[in-house]
Amino acid sequence: MKVGIVQFPGTNCEYDTQYAFQALGCETRILWHKEEVIPEGTDLVVVAGGFSYGDYLRSGAIAKMSPIMKALKGYADQGGKVLGICNGFQVLTESGLLPGALKRNEGLHFISRHHHLKVLSNANPFLRRCNTGDVVNIPIAHHDGNYYIDAEGLKELYANDQVLLQYTDASGNIDNPNGSVDAIAGICNKNKNVFGLMPHPERAMEALLGSDDGRAMLEGFLDA
Amino acid sequence: MKAIVNVYLKNGVLDSQGKAVQHALTHHGFESVKDVRVGKQIIIEMEETDAAAAREKVGHMCEELLANTVIEDYEIEIQA
Repeated sequence: MKVGIVQFPGTNCEYDTQYAFQALGCETRILWHKEEVIPEGTDLVVVAGGFSYGDYLRSGAIAKMSPIMKALKGYADQGGKVLGICNGFQVLTESGLLPGALKRNEGLHFISRHHHLKVLSNANPFLRRCNTGDVVNIPIAHHDGNYYIDAEGLKELYANDQVLLQYTDASGNIDNPNGSVDAIAGICNKNKNVFGLMPHPERAMEALLGSDDGRAMLEGFLDA
Repeated sequence: MKAIVNVYLKNGVLDSQGKAVQHALTHHGFESVKDVRVGKQIIIEMEETDAAAAREKVGHMCEELLANTVIEDYEIEIQA
């Protein structure tokens, strides 16, 4: 499987992401934001985490104007799979590839720690190796992770099975670290080929480093 | 011309920074404070000489980049 990893000025999770997908046996390639095409044969494009353009103006706002985003939109429109992690999720909401927006954390603090997440839906190419109701332990590291969507949009997300992950405690009870609507940590688009989440599955690949729960999540893409 | 753009969170979208500032002001004895909202101001120098044309262009800038209309409202002021 071929994975492209988008790199903007200020991206800082591209090599962790590369490590994670290489550990799963994938061929990876870093895609500089000035590239205008997604390479032929790419099975998945990951918009990696970090602080693209220093988070100036709003997280992800300036990155959405980069040349590669036009190519990425075309790729997604043709059904290509896209995964946005953390800042990548912010870039995807800013560019309209995913609904809603990410606001400053309700408590105004940057939060960096492991957090439990509950899988709400596995009927998609991302989380198909997880079971609905599974609780995974994945690091979060963000300042602007407070997911917002209006009431109507939220209804639509649930109706189409687009809410994928929710912040919980180890027992699966809601535990909301950042004020997100319904404690939402990850979603997908209506066509279920564009995915976004604030937590970092690529940082949970080795039990020795605290958790390898990210493996089962990212492995879903291998079945395509 | 000069355009001054003010961007705020929409009414109904919780402004955590505004609430924190309000809290701090109240605690410093400014008890008459009823509400605080924190926004940002973007000042743009433009070549346009026609105010209506400048306003229209800045409107596009707001829709495409300066504001995220999912959560934010914007106001544009044009100065000669």
